[in-house]
Amino acid sequence: MSRNLILGGALTAIFVMAALLSFVWTPQSVEAMNIAGRLQPPSAANLLGTDHFGRDILSMLMVGARTSIAVALVAVGIGMGLGVPLGLAAAARRGGMLDEVIMRMNDLIFAFPSLVIAILITAVFGPSATNAIIAIGIFNIPVFARITRGAALSLWKREFIMAARVAGKTRTRISAEHILPNVANLLIVQGTIQFSLGILAEAGLSYVGLGAQPPLPSWGRMLADAQTMVALAPHVALIPGLTIVAMVLGLNLLGDGLRDALDPRLRVVRT
Amino acid sequence: MSLLDIRNLSLSIHGKPILRGISLRIAEGEIAALTGESGSGKSMTAFATLGLLPKGAKATGSITFDGTNLLTLAEPQMCDLRGREIGMVFQEPMTALNPVQTIGAQVMETILIHKAMPRDKAEARTRAVLKRVGLPPDHVPLSRYPHELSGGQRQRVVIAMAIALRPRLLIADEPTTALDVTTQAQILDLLRGLAREENMALMMITHDLAVVSDMADTLNVMRHGDIVESGPTGDVLRQMRHPYTRQLLAASRHQANLGAAKADAPLLSVQGVSRDYPMPRLSLFGPRPTFRAVKRVSFDIRRGERVGLVGESGCGKSTLTRAILGLEPVQEGQITLDGHPVWQDGHPNLKVRRKMQVVFQDPYGSFNPRHKVGRLITEPFHLLPDPPTGTARDRAIAEALTAVGLSPEDAGKHIHAFSGGQRQRIAIARALIIKPELIVFDEAVSALDVRVRAQILDLMADLSRAYGLTYLFISHDLSVVRSITDRVMVMRAGEIVEDRATKDIFDAPNHAYTRSLIAAAPQLPDDLEALNAPHPAL
Amino acid sequence: MLGYFVKRLVSLVISLIVASAVIFSVVEIAPGDPASFMLGINAQPDTVAALRTELGLDQSKLDRYLSWVGGMLTGDFGTSYTYRAPVAQMIADRLWVSLPLALYALTLSTLIAFPAGIFAAARRGGAGDLAVTGATQLGVAIPNFWFAMMLVLIFAINLRWFSAGGFPGWDAGFWTGMKALTLPAIALALPQAAILTRVMRSSLLDILGEDFIRTACAKGLSSRQALWRHGLRNALIPVLTIIGLQFAFLLAGAIIIEQVFFLPGLGRLIFQAITQRDLIVVESVVMLLVFAVILVNFLVDLAYAAVDPRLRTRT
Repeated sequence: MSRNLILGGALTAIFVMAALLSFVWTPQSVEAMNIAGRLQPPSAANLLGTDHFGRDILSMLMVGARTSIAVALVAVGIGMGLGVPLGLAAAARRGGMLDEVIMRMNDLIFAFPSLVIAILITAVFGPSATNAIIAIGIFNIPVFARITRGAALSLWKREFIMAARVAGKTRTRISAEHILPNVANLLIVQGTIQFSLGILAEAGLSYVGLGAQPPLPSWGRMLADAQTMVALAPHVALIPGLTIVAMVLGLNLLGDGLRDALDPRLRVVRT
Repeated sequence: MSLLDIRNLSLSIHGKPILRGISLRIAEGEIAALTGESGSGKSMTAFATLGLLPKGAKATGSITFDGTNLLTLAEPQMCDLRGREIGMVFQEPMTALNPVQTIGAQVMETILIHKAMPRDKAEARTRAVLKRVGLPPDHVPLSRYPHELSGGQRQRVVIAMAIALRPRLLIADEPTTALDVTTQAQILDLLRGLAREENMALMMITHDLAVVSDMADTLNVMRHGDIVESGPTGDVLRQMRHPYTRQLLAASRHQANLGAAKADAPLLSVQGVSRDYPMPRLSLFGPRPTFRAVKRVSFDIRRGERVGLVGESGCGKSTLTRAILGLEPVQEGQITLDGHPVWQDGHPNLKVRRKMQVVFQDPYGSFNPRHKVGRLITEPFHLLPDPPTGTARDRAIAEALTAVGLSPEDAGKHIHAFSGGQRQRIAIARALIIKPELIVFDEAVSALDVRVRAQILDLMADLSRAYGLTYLFISHDLSVVRSITDRVMVMRAGEIVEDRATKDIFDAPNHAYTRSLIAAAPQLPDDLEALNAPHPAL
Repeated sequence: MLGYFVKRLVSLVISLIVASAVIFSVVEIAPGDPASFMLGINAQPDTVAALRTELGLDQSKLDRYLSWVGGMLTGDFGTSYTYRAPVAQMIADRLWVSLPLALYALTLSTLIAFPAGIFAAARRGGAGDLAVTGATQLGVAIPNFWFAMMLVLIFAINLRWFSAGGFPGWDAGFWTGMKALTLPAIALALPQAAILTRVMRSSLLDILGEDFIRTACAKGLSSRQALWRHGLRNALIPVLTIIGLQFAFLLAGAIIIEQVFFLPGLGRLIFQAITQRDLIVVESVVMLLVFAVILVNFLVDLAYAAVDPRLRTRT
């Protein structure tokens, strides 16, 4: 086990456990406002201090982790669920009509950064955490489609695939039986990377008001609220920001560690 | 005094021993061959001489070049020597050149980097050198990029880069292994000419004894990091003091015992088959141009026949193979097996497919690394309407593995536990398991070392006699085909130019192309025939 | 070469057509009628009808799409529902902030990433490499808008080297304008530079393992000379792809960063338009952003051909 894997896995586990714990217990209620005790620096009562409504920042961060993880996880699920089959299908008929259409669609989606998708959806349906999921999820589709296709194409040239074809197996069956298991490692690693990018994207969307809406706590919104307070009480901006950095760093280290453990030659993309 | 004097050179990479105290001398104008199977350390000897060892390599002993010990030389002095005093030619011409730089710039770089002469003179020298290696700038301008040249032409550019400053030592690491046989003969001629005319010492590394037998002055046979035998080429080949040399030589000229030729009713029939590939569009609207890779080819294979299909790369033999296997449709003509078409109504015909199996070239790439041998070799059962299950299945696996000289217990192992030769046996077991009527061997022994190759050829011959197999053996290598087929078809530019009994083709080739192929193929000298070493134990 | 160019150009046009159709259709399914929204719930039906005609809302969908696209081609982006002002003019004003910001950031990110990536690759496994790799690991984990807030806290509030936000306009002088964009550009550029550095490094390391680098060394080039003369140009191909993709992120990122620094760019325009449901403005700004991304990717494709001769001869 590499250092990356241990450190990244531990960081990720801390955040996931904190998020799960928040369902049953938080140090203080995130709805309890206390104007008198607002913008307090970290203390014994409030380990990470209080925000501009006097709410406990640690409790807010724990509940916010729920939002971040849920949004990023579902978005990775959408990206994998649609992108991987598309990538497999495109590779199975390389150069064919379907391949061409799928790849052109991919190029097109790449021209819509998730923020732009979120802007469009929000303009039409109003802001919500669901919009953030859809926007980030759509953007994940071409990422997974492209890496799956790339890895699958090189596998299709291998002789064991030729042997399976000579054994009379259909392209669909070969894709499921031989190609998918051999690209699974790559997908796991890329999934971790997209998860971390999803956390960042969710924070950005919530920050500009296109993501999670009050009263749902979210890391991005905590930073938006902190912006005007930053001169008075730097910790309200510093702590949620460092939390995001730690979570994303943890996931990235986990991804690198997994890659090294599974197969160091895997080609993942990061944009 | 020798130009290059390697003494007691040992090399280990990350603690793993690669060379074990080898000694080797090469004089000016001498052609010294290093030969041996893969992993014998011959390439590492070359890289050690050039100071281009991979990270983690530790070398002891001495490599003295013109009085200087190269092992203790500092890197800047080594750089100064490389390209100027010692040149090197690599195995793979497709990747040895920078794809985004013109060939002229790459050849001239050798001259300019050593500040050997001003730019205008360097350009004149570049032209002269390219002309010397057979690429006259009137025909192949300096402004060409590597991807615009053929493999043989690229290898000539690599040679031009290596000899631009007339180095005193030229190292060639398997310089013709990636090339077709006719190109190989030309490149070998060029290298020989350079050594003789420019008085260059040439260190020639090859796995193929035949390539060096009529070219090298001295022969060094390597095995597991040792030089087991060395001396003047004629002496080594005649005396063969070391058993390993005898094994190598015996394996290179090995003839499998095929048994008597049989030819019953026609099994496979290929009638007027053409195969087109779409080419990139030339204009936006016109029809898409096509390239005809196979041109109205017709032949039959009769039951019990063992037929070879030979041709150089790009001749269409792989395309034809894929069509026969029913992996791709044909544009003209028909392919039938036992009277049934292999491709019907836009789909491969499963009924026919279960009568055909294939063994591929690459013993490493032809198995899914995630599955165990038992599952791998039963994959063709998928073709059967009611595949055997339970004990019947186990029995079939055991039978197939035993037939190819493996044990039934091997079914439970993963593929990475096996060597290249064993993997090729497993591939043959996979082909045999549904008792096909026709087996296609697609370059099935090309990736194997010569001794393993002899064993696999024997296995094919044994199986052929025992089961009365019919097979089509596809290869670029004439000598292999000679030992394992009754009949040979020679293919060139999409057409079969000659199709006759194997013995007749080799004794008296009709077609000029066949003659040139046979003439170009390196041959071990005939007077050694008398030695006739016993066949090595398996 | 011409064939490659034409093919890319055709693909550019098709992408634009499909993208515009997608944007138009998404906005079309928006619930509610812009005219009644603008006039409020108490408006008379005939007033609403008059406004609908004025805005062209009573035409068929296809006609409206064609007139929207046709308008954009002639520089007429329609009229804002809320401001009753030409959208083209509103966008043009804002673009003078957003575009320089994105380009400024792209320049910074490239200027940081190239030397850092080359430095790290040349010292693979050494202390310098570890330092650069560690810094990029951190860099890719930092949200740019939070980084922006930290820059404001340090350089504007504590050190008072820059103002905390706002934009004086280019009329106040080029350097004054550039100074106001410096903190936002750094905030945008550094996380992107971290990604680009990683790509540059790994792409160079891939190339350094190629056979032709070994050939170059056999010619007498030192490993550093081989990296500069043979490695760099080949390594540029994947790097160009990422630069193209990054432009999309920088434009989008600029929209967020503008919020931190209160810059009057496209970001502020679009967020106001969303709150006021000024869909024609949203539609046009989104189209413009997508156009910019598609155009940059087209330019990247042309840059490939300049770098890689294999693309030039392929039709």
